[in-house]
Amino acid sequence: MNQQGVRWTADQVLALAPDAASRKAGSRLGSAGPWSETGCGGGSGAVWGECKGSGSTPYRTVVDTAGVAYKCSCPSRKFPCKHALGLLLLWASDEEAVQETQSPPEWAGEWLEGRRKKAEEAQSAPEGVTRTADPEAARRRVERRAERVTAGAVELEQRLEDLLRGGLAAAEQSGYGLWEETAARMVDAQAPGLAGRVRELGAIPASGAGWPVRLLEECALLHLLDRAWLGREGLPEPLAATVRTRVGVPVAAEGPAVRDRWLVLAQYDTSDGKLTTRRIWLHGRESGRTALVLDFGAAGRAPGVALPVGLELDAELTPYPGAGQLRAALGEQFGVLGGSGGPPAGMRAADAVAAYGRVLRDDPWAEAWPVTLDSVVPTPAGDAGDTWQLADSDGVLALPVAPDALSRPGLWTLAALSGGGPVTVFGECGHRGFTPLTAWTPDGTDGVPLT
Amino acid sequence: MTTTVATSAWEELVTSALLGTDRRPAPEGVASLLDTAALHTVRRRAGLLAAPAAVPPEPAAHDPRPALPAPARRRLAQLLADRSGPSGAGGRRGTTPDLTELLPQWLAAAGLHGYRAPASLLPALLDAARARTDLRPQALAFAGPRGLWLAGLNPEWKFALRGAAGGAVLPPPSDTGAVQHLWEEGLFAERVALLASVRAAAPETGRTLLASTWSTERAEDRLMFLDSLRTGLSEADEPFLEQTLSDRSRNVRSTAAELLSALPGSALAGRMAVRAATCVSPDRTGEGAGIVVEAPHECDAAMQRDGVVPTPPAGRGERSWWLGQLVEAAPLSVWPGRFGGRTPQQITDLAVSDDWGEELHAAWCRAAVRQRDAEWARALLGGPGTASLAERAKLLATLPEDERADWVAEFIAAHGLSEAFQLLGVCAVPWAGPLGRAVVDSLEIARDAGSYPWSFSGVMGLAERCMDPTEASRFEALAAMPDEAEGAAPGAGGYWSEAFQRLVSTLRLRAAMLQELEAPA
Repeated sequence: MNQQGVRWTADQVLALAPDAASRKAGSRLGSAGPWSETGCGGGSGAVWGECKGSGSTPYRTVVDTAGVAYKCSCPSRKFPCKHALGLLLLWASDEEAVQETQSPPEWAGEWLEGRRKKAEEAQSAPEGVTRTADPEAARRRVERRAERVTAGAVELEQRLEDLLRGGLAAAEQSGYGLWEETAARMVDAQAPGLAGRVRELGAIPASGAGWPVRLLEECALLHLLDRAWLGREGLPEPLAATVRTRVGVPVAAEGPAVRDRWLVLAQYDTSDGKLTTRRIWLHGRESGRTALVLDFGAAGRAPGVALPVGLELDAELTPYPGAGQLRAALGEQFGVLGGSGGPPAGMRAADAVAAYGRVLRDDPWAEAWPVTLDSVVPTPAGDAGDTWQLADSDGVLALPVAPDALSRPGLWTLAALSGGGPVTVFGECGHRGFTPLTAWTPDGTDGVPLT
Repeated sequence: MTTTVATSAWEELVTSALLGTDRRPAPEGVASLLDTAALHTVRRRAGLLAAPAAVPPEPAAHDPRPALPAPARRRLAQLLADRSGPSGAGGRRGTTPDLTELLPQWLAAAGLHGYRAPASLLPALLDAARARTDLRPQALAFAGPRGLWLAGLNPEWKFALRGAAGGAVLPPPSDTGAVQHLWEEGLFAERVALLASVRAAAPETGRTLLASTWSTERAEDRLMFLDSLRTGLSEADEPFLEQTLSDRSRNVRSTAAELLSALPGSALAGRMAVRAATCVSPDRTGEGAGIVVEAPHECDAAMQRDGVVPTPPAGRGERSWWLGQLVEAAPLSVWPGRFGGRTPQQITDLAVSDDWGEELHAAWCRAAVRQRDAEWARALLGGPGTASLAERAKLLATLPEDERADWVAEFIAAHGLSEAFQLLGVCAVPWAGPLGRAVVDSLEIARDAGSYPWSFSGVMGLAERCMDPTEASRFEALAAMPDEAEGAAPGAGGYWSEAFQRLVSTLRLRAAMLQELEAPA
């Protein structure tokens, strides 16, 4: 455990930035110029400093590097804000400018102390005591919600059958309206998982050649989910838990917690306009497990958890229930280990699709599965050269790059890193192809984010 | 990925779904159709196989240059990330350095160290070079073979392949066969680059190459090739240039004449010397020494063949037009002999008869620039209203670097900054200490006089980029917020302090930038 001493790399810091503008603004603040009263450590694994802005009083910024949390007196809604990024960059690159000190200034100390207390309370509180104060009332709430979801699933089944009676061809004309309305009904039914899937159906008719087949497949899987929900009593519990998760009924992470050295493999955000979802993939150095930490940010606000690629955390993760589910909750963090121990052991293209195939037995709704591909060569494929593959280095088999990933700048970073030679790539392998998220070159251990 | 399961039953199912079971009933009803489709979908996904691999790209050539030190790599990432930021054109720019303007300097410094570009930053580097043509030569040289390789995969970076004359694709000058082949088959830009590289290694071979196809080249290409002879021009080029004096194209002829006149020993220069000397003579009639000018009365065929353009532009007299061209093309070495062994300074100090002074001095200025004659340039620079600032800047460029800086420093001390911009542009970077101090002194004077800093934003921007970074600490006092002086423009003090703060932080940044490049990887 090493809370002090290990400073993050600037690249790891920049990976935290919620967007390119923040990265830029943060970089500008990453030199000693505007900073004063800086310090780090003090037995707390924190970094703090005051940053001169345009106003008369400097902003006060403090970062808890052990628990990875930020506080800044600036009015920015970005998270972490440019001051936090700038402070971390300064800390990462300039040991002179940010020196180890015995204790933080009062304003930083208060916040850090508050965090520690909260963490201790959460730790010492008996599991779920507050939430199940009245077990009877809680049970009734759960039942009422289940009834609503059931009503929603029945209605959705009816709508799917109507759709197929009228023909999918008609779906092209009816446009988004039909789906939006259905999705809204599912939100009313407290089944956000169903709502999300329905909304995605709406985008399929505009998704290019072969859309009717894709639409039929997704309708069928939605139908499968409805049927699974309606028949969940008869399912084995792990699958039933998966169904609850897929439908969108909240499930709590339930132990046992796994303590490990967790390497941050990737972090990326997706947004549907209302909600930003952050996915952080972690790899347990000792357990070999892969875990997914999700965090959410509402309406333009970035999610609160941010972990830079390449960082290794000594932490506990508590898995969520459900067969084929990798989601886990980030629990107590014992420190940051610096890391750069290189990528996890990888596999070949054929193993990656097989791994995805296997998880479908537990979770037929899985879109993709996280894998590390060992020694693959990014290869332009297709007649127009507008599609790409990741090919095993023996040149026999390959995974196509998923269509969504083709238009991202990360693809070119990947190509540049490879230079026509093999690289190790972590990403998500699914039925639409492989989405590369992080790459390692043979000559270095630092993962390069492709997101 | 491919699937082996492709049954006609599935196709029928899709058809039913597409048309609707009302029109095309499914045998076991709609729900069962969805069941079957779900089963099929999961089976298909679970049964996916990896695809056969396409032919991989040819690996990029090895780049033996050392990797950047990590801090320098991060700095580059920062400079590249800042590209899209607001440009600092005029107006108020705050106190933070304009990183975009520092990218060329960073690339130049990295080029001197001979580093290899980090692979992960190649896409951003190519994007930057795509947006800014002025960055291209340095950016592409830095990007090296892998950058070129990457550009070959993305049509948006095609420009990199066109401009790939940085030695990456040119055959070595000694490879006669390859040189000949590229000369005959290459694109124009490749041929220009080839000519330059061959000339640099073996000038004679270069001339032979050029002569071998000269008569078949298009006029505009002949002009460009001829223009490229400027670099490394030598006496040995004279016979070829003499021939091209009779070229079909007038532009080619005048360029050939211009190049010949830059060779003081050439026959053309000799002919022009004779002509010019007959027009410009010592004044033997008056009491003091002076210069008498008798402009030519005609522009004969021989003059025209030597590149004199007979028709003046509108508003200029024929005779003064011809005179200017003769003096401009005559070797400056002819004049001391003509004026009793006087030095250039003494000659330019002589009074000139009948208002010909301005004409004559202007022609001498052009001659000094063309012949890169520092002594004449020095004499003319001090002259009374000799030439425009643009011409002064050109004259300055012929002086040694430290002398140039001293001259501009003195000029600024005497005349202030308002006319100094062009002159500063020809000074070596980083600016010599006295020059930098002269600039800052003048800025301080302008501030105290109550101007706004944006009247000097051009000079300020230059100072940020060109001032010696080790001077940063000198300006810290200026960056402090001054007391509002009586009669000063309202708020100007704050803006000045902001501008000086930016200057200081930019200098600091540049110092850090250069230091990062020194660090071991």
